[in-house]
Amino acid sequence: MEVKVERQIRTGLNGDEAVAYAAYHADVDVIAAYPITPQTIIVERLSEFVHDGLLDAEFIPVESEHSALSAVVGAAASGVRTFTATASQGLALMYEILYIASSLRLPIVMALADRALSALINIHCSHDDAYAARDSGWIEFFAENVQEAYDLVIAAFRVAEDKNISFPAIVNLDGFILSHSIEPLYIYEGQDVVREFLPRREPIVKLDPDKPVTIGALALQNYYIELKRAQAEAFEATPPYIRKILREYSEFSGRKYDFIKKYMIDDADIGFLVLGSTAGTMRHVVRKWREKGRKVGLISLTLYRPFPVDDLRDAVKGLKKLVIMDRSYSFGSPYAQLYMDVAATLYDEPEKPDLINVIYGLGGRDFNEYTAEEMWEKINRPGVKKIWVGVRGD
Amino acid sequence: MMVKSKYSHPIDDLLRLDRVPYTWCPGCGIGIILHHTLRAIKELESEGKINRDKILFVTGIGCTGRAAGLVKLDAAHVLHGRAIPFAVGAMLANPSLIPIVFSGDGDIAGIGGNHLLHAARRNMDILVIMVNNFTYALTGGQLAPTTPYKVYSTTTPYGNPEPPIDTAKALMALDVNYIARWSVTHLTKIKDSVKYALTKRGFRFIEVISVCPEIFGRHIGIRDPYQLYVTLRKIAKTRIKPSFGDIKYDWNSEITCGVFVDRDDPGYFDRLKEIGVTKK
Repeated sequence: MEVKVERQIRTGLNGDEAVAYAAYHADVDVIAAYPITPQTIIVERLSEFVHDGLLDAEFIPVESEHSALSAVVGAAASGVRTFTATASQGLALMYEILYIASSLRLPIVMALADRALSALINIHCSHDDAYAARDSGWIEFFAENVQEAYDLVIAAFRVAEDKNISFPAIVNLDGFILSHSIEPLYIYEGQDVVREFLPRREPIVKLDPDKPVTIGALALQNYYIELKRAQAEAFEATPPYIRKILREYSEFSGRKYDFIKKYMIDDADIGFLVLGSTAGTMRHVVRKWREKGRKVGLISLTLYRPFPVDDLRDAVKGLKKLVIMDRSYSFGSPYAQLYMDVAATLYDEPEKPDLINVIYGLGGRDFNEYTAEEMWEKINRPGVKKIWVGVRGD
Repeated sequence: MMVKSKYSHPIDDLLRLDRVPYTWCPGCGIGIILHHTLRAIKELESEGKINRDKILFVTGIGCTGRAAGLVKLDAAHVLHGRAIPFAVGAMLANPSLIPIVFSGDGDIAGIGGNHLLHAARRNMDILVIMVNNFTYALTGGQLAPTTPYKVYSTTTPYGNPEPPIDTAKALMALDVNYIARWSVTHLTKIKDSVKYALTKRGFRFIEVISVCPEIFGRHIGIRDPYQLYVTLRKIAKTRIKPSFGDIKYDWNSEITCGVFVDRDDPGYFDRLKEIGVTKK
């Protein structure tokens, strides 16, 4: 696809700054957030845009993440475009409001700089927080690099606010690996350019004193299950609309976006499935391994929720083995989170690859070529189902 | 046999010296406040009034929160804002403990503000030492609830539009047993105040105005630690038994220091005994 560089500026930003620019270019109206490493730079930059008069928005430096998402829920319910950002413990503190935002169908966009959950206190990357939100009815995107973080935030607003979707969305970027790494990227010249792709939000229902409504009211045994069923159906119906918007965005930006990305997978025997920035590392590793004659390929997910079931079923056809890499762990579950999604997705398929679960990189432990080589050695042991890589003393 | 260092310090046995150098920036006030807190413990111990094995040292998240890893006491470094409930829980399970909550303004007055309020309302038998550096320093200087009016922070680049909370004064609305405020320039006052508060029952709150030359100092244009100390020394005015109306929390004129409340009401455990819930 041809890169359309007109009205775009080639620059260098770290992931947090790129996300801040995306929210600025998306012309958000209300931002509420609380400082937490590695997300803090996002709200610092946004507060500068607001206070410099570049972005006509309200910025609320609230007293906790719980208040941050609550404030954003209130703002979104009144019909405006809203944004927040957090990480790790902040997302955990927002947890009860995650469900409220999605059940009220409020198109909030949140950037999540993925970071490990305590204890022990760690500020580096795990996908614990991203996975924690997986059941809450939020759409979740994963960025592989800084460019994707920027693009996906802009696309996420369009997705969340689409009248056929109307669900909140999270854009995940790996803490420190992306949030604090400066990479070259294209950003738009300003809000005017982005407005062509992302017009003003037109709420379906909003809090309006002239037309009073009650939102979030009581529904017990009498109605709750019908409403949840309706919510589930609405959420399950979103993929075609999300795909349409991602295609439109691809046209608009000149950068291709779809639910999943494939690399050398078509003739591969062994496939690797990853989320986030490790896709970049694995692409390099796959290329090197191909030179050694290993028939390997890579699939990475841009869309994590709703889970891209059809795309994945299609992508794994012909694979003998699929290695699912999780940067988190689900204690007491048979396997880690991404593995379980994939296993459920492929269960009904008549022919499917053998699945192996790899746990890697928790708390920012580096995943590099050498760790990948360790992984290669371990996945080729007979009968292996679940392995940890990059663990000292293994 | 362990080789003794050439240099020693009276509170060395209360510190994990293997963690030196600490993460605090040069000129930071937290080390001074921790030092005088530990001196108070040491003096009480030498007077036979306290057993250090009974002390539970709890900190939340933030620059001040790092202290939990530095003291040679039973210590817990807990979730952001939750140092007080952790200490309360430990105390309820084992009332013989002496819980000291040592944390920052963002942790105690910001995200943990509700816990502070309710522990104080119960006159819970804990000592809370709040180190106030006016900002979220660990994350790089964002607006805290204690940041003075109109002062720059990285989330209020044109100055803070929000009036700050005077935490010590706010707690005066509740019937707690001890409230004092000092600045990091009042060295012996910090030590004496902690020493006195540790011998009391009920809820005790000591706020210490600290200096953060690296973040807050930079924001207000005083990066030199010495200048910041000198400035704070002028602003922090000690008053004897100030009335509610006398107490000020204003970086531009006066931050009133002194003992604001000192009484001996029954603490939470005394009240439990009074209504017959516990015999302990």
